Amino acid sequence: MATLFGINLFALSGQLLVGLINGSFYALLSLGLAIIFGLLKIINFAQGAMYMLGAFLAWMALQYFGINYWVALVLVPLAVGGFAILIERFLVRPIAKEDHLYSLLLTFGLALILQGLFTQLYGSSGLAYQIPAELKGGTKLPFMYLPNYRAWIIIASLVVCATTWWVIEKTKLGAYLRAGTENPQLMQGFGINVPLITTLTFGFGVALAGFAGVLAAPVYSVSPEMGSNILIVVFAIVVIGGMGSIGGAILTGLMMGVVEGLTKFFYPEASSTVIFLVMVIVLLLKPAGLFGKEA
Amino acid sequence: MQAMKKTLMAVAMSAAVAVTAQAEGVSDDVVKIGVLADMGGVYADICGKGCVTAVEMAVEDFGGEVLGKPIEVISADDQNKPDVGSAKVRQWIESEQVDAVNGLVASSVTGAVTKVLTDAKKVALISTSASHAFTTKACSPYNVHWTYNVAALANGTVKPMVDSGKKKWFFITADYAFGHALEGIATKVINEQGGEVVGAVRAPLGTTDFSSYVLQAQASGADVIGLANAGTDFVNALKTSAEFGLTETSDVAGLLVFTHNAKALDPAIAAGMKATTGFYWDMDDQTREWSARFKQRHGSIPAMGQAGAYSMTMHYLNAIKAAGTDDADAVMAMMKATKPDDFFARNAYLRNDGRMVHDMLLVSIKDAASRQSDDDIYNIEAVIPGDVAFNPMMESCNFAAKS
Amino acid sequence: MKVNKLYLSLFGLSLVAPLILYPVFLMKVLCFALFACAFNLLLGFVGLLSFGHAIFLGTGGYITGSLMLNTGITPELGILAGTLAAGVLGAVYGKLAVKREGIYFAMVTLALAQLAFFFYLQAPFTGGEDGLQGVPRGKLFGLIDLSDNMVMYYFVLAIFLFGFWLIHRTIHSPFGQILKAIRENEPRAVSLGYNVNDYKWVAFIISSALAGLAGSTKTLVFQLASLTDVHWHMSGEVVLMTLLGGMGTIFGPVVGAGVVVTIQNYLSGGELGNYISIIMGAIFIVCVLAFRSGIVGEFQKMVKKNF
Repeated sequence: MATLFGINLFALSGQLLVGLINGSFYALLSLGLAIIFGLLKIINFAQGAMYMLGAFLAWMALQYFGINYWVALVLVPLAVGGFAILIERFLVRPIAKEDHLYSLLLTFGLALILQGLFTQLYGSSGLAYQIPAELKGGTKLPFMYLPNYRAWIIIASLVVCATTWWVIEKTKLGAYLRAGTENPQLMQGFGINVPLITTLTFGFGVALAGFAGVLAAPVYSVSPEMGSNILIVVFAIVVIGGMGSIGGAILTGLMMGVVEGLTKFFYPEASSTVIFLVMVIVLLLKPAGLFGKEA
Repeated sequence: MQAMKKTLMAVAMSAAVAVTAQAEGVSDDVVKIGVLADMGGVYADICGKGCVTAVEMAVEDFGGEVLGKPIEVISADDQNKPDVGSAKVRQWIESEQVDAVNGLVASSVTGAVTKVLTDAKKVALISTSASHAFTTKACSPYNVHWTYNVAALANGTVKPMVDSGKKKWFFITADYAFGHALEGIATKVINEQGGEVVGAVRAPLGTTDFSSYVLQAQASGADVIGLANAGTDFVNALKTSAEFGLTETSDVAGLLVFTHNAKALDPAIAAGMKATTGFYWDMDDQTREWSARFKQRHGSIPAMGQAGAYSMTMHYLNAIKAAGTDDADAVMAMMKATKPDDFFARNAYLRNDGRMVHDMLLVSIKDAASRQSDDDIYNIEAVIPGDVAFNPMMESCNFAAKS
Repeated sequence: MKVNKLYLSLFGLSLVAPLILYPVFLMKVLCFALFACAFNLLLGFVGLLSFGHAIFLGTGGYITGSLMLNTGITPELGILAGTLAAGVLGAVYGKLAVKREGIYFAMVTLALAQLAFFFYLQAPFTGGEDGLQGVPRGKLFGLIDLSDNMVMYYFVLAIFLFGFWLIHRTIHSPFGQILKAIRENEPRAVSLGYNVNDYKWVAFIISSALAGLAGSTKTLVFQLASLTDVHWHMSGEVVLMTLLGGMGTIFGPVVGAGVVVTIQNYLSGGELGNYISIIMGAIFIVCVLAFRSGIVGEFQKMVKKNF
């Protein structure tokens, strides 16, 4: 085995790759949060619950309607996004002018309801969802056996993240989005329907969580608690990355996955705390976050 | 040995009689059994409402009353939190005259609750907790531990594997008391049988992604990967092991497998895996008869703890009847003096430390082709005699000898 | 004068309450009421939403619990140590957190609390998932045996009244006035020459120490310290209590704590256990959408309007 300074490089590379896979989920979820926050100044505490909802909808689609994974991968994010649009329209918008803390508490309540509802319906021991036949098996890399589905997670997540970044930062649509939230009155004056843009943005940000949920269903057991466990880590990631930046959210998500992977290799006991430690250090050195814009 | 057991029995009998003379009849004119379990959380399926159903069935089968007084069953959700559980039990004792608490799942809750019960001299009927602490370092004259414990799991599952030449073990352990206890006792068994533990990794409770731990297990080159965890953690760890090809290269052993976990697993992954259980519904006509009645009421086949909850309640009520009182000391003495014998308790007796010793089953998970129905999960490989499965009694917990 | 009458009758009520209601339940309400009042000092009077306040409750509980278990000190010293420990942790966390405002502050406190949660989960002295069990209540000043529930109740009541009085004093002191000024208009407070962050920091320390006091007391009442008290769900619960009762009112958190503890107690006994989180979530949404002043706040509004 290849070693360097007594470190097993094969094992290390394996952990790094696994870290990158986890980072893919972090990136998708923190990207969704960053979009919603960056454009709407709302903290969506229900983002984790929406991720859970995505996984459950994929499971239900297969179980009750025989809808397969690939179709679910398109339909479920649309459904979750649609649900989010209703929430934005009827729950979030009425309090948009109040302190933003209220929208945080509102979405927190929503997360509690969703989690409680699914616990009531399906129990909390978790449901199984099969890996689609096309992605079963794996590839033997020099340093590890990489299951095909895990490779697919990285690819799918990177493609979605990169596309989203490109649309928001580089296209006209993205420019409208950014301008619409900077100065709603002006954009309204130009004949652009700002409330509609806001609603759709919220829907899209949440749909990303739904997408991540479908991706996660075959590898993690589908359970009501899956969202709340990951959400707080994602919050920390968003704080580390700095809330203003779309690209920052993606990069930080991937990076923190890798950092966590490294910790699992060198000092496993700290693996659940390392991201929070990084957050404290970043806060001390760079209060606005690594990629943050606000003062 | 047999002679000693007889003597002990006689001592216990006379103790029972002696106490009976002091306390006669049923306190507060009712025998009240509280069922405390996780009703909606991760352990809801292995005890939960099913345990309540089982205890209610026992009370009905017993006739609904004992010594002319009604038997009442109440229940509460401990949410797997020791604070919630012990507060509830305290309230039951202080304002609801509860005589015994049945159910008891998460070891953390059971630890807290048994302390409260012992202080109040009430009986703890432990059905589903795994830790062996309740009859060893945290033993109490009022603890009854019925279905199984970590020692039985290690002796039942680990010992035969080591004996068959699987000497090098690696553990993926749930990072809390139960996981540590299971890993510790299994390690002891492995070392005693001439095997070795080449490594262990502690995964926090509720870990969703086991891939990193599985990679470490893979790198260790062990013959067997022991999963010292339970419930969802176990299912996730096993699924990930299969995904990363670990099940191809080495054996994966689940140390604590509940029926409903085994049922939920893909047979393609789990087939052939061995496990130790205190009860399986499809063992013989007796178990099938009771399990069919249970399934009709509860909707699914009984988990071992649920069958245990029934058996234990029956034995408790029989002891009250025989002792002529619901006084905890007298009932405990009587429970230890008489042998339980029903569809669950085979070749069984309740030891002085509160450990119920009975035949355990070594089972293996069936592959998809040989399953007759959804509930047809296990092949019974062997019956493990109680004295082999359970570790011997610690002298400090032999309450009868002390008094 | 009117207020004094109200205070007096409430005090009288609290003295006779354990004769009618189960004392342990009342003690639980008092502990959570103190916790919520401490939390409200930040949210209601400085406008800072700390989403990780459970960590101070739990820190108090763990320190008191492990000292009572291992050293045999008297309960009042145990509680004092727990309170101090929570205050010290509050000083460290507060220093970090007050650098940020609004939503950032909420997320930073949440993440910091999570850091400590995992520490407590793994540190040997907390007992991990088992928690600290069988903590002795001990003898107050080495004399009064607290194992009796009635005696314990009056001790807890005294602690609650002390905490409540301290918060009351803080709010009505010149220091409290400046806190309110910061809440109303932070830039103005800055321009008046106040070092706003220092004021927030001190308020954070007081709040976390009092939360620790509540946790220490709770540990003695239940003779147990566990992960429940440091989990972020608990942080969510205290937000709920405060919001429901009425943030920024002096009695609101007490009422909110009473209502939430009663609901939980009622539901945990029956078939409705699974609905706890659904109901809690629904209360959050209703409060945020239509009931932002909370029970006490709405009541005050009604009184003002009609009398």
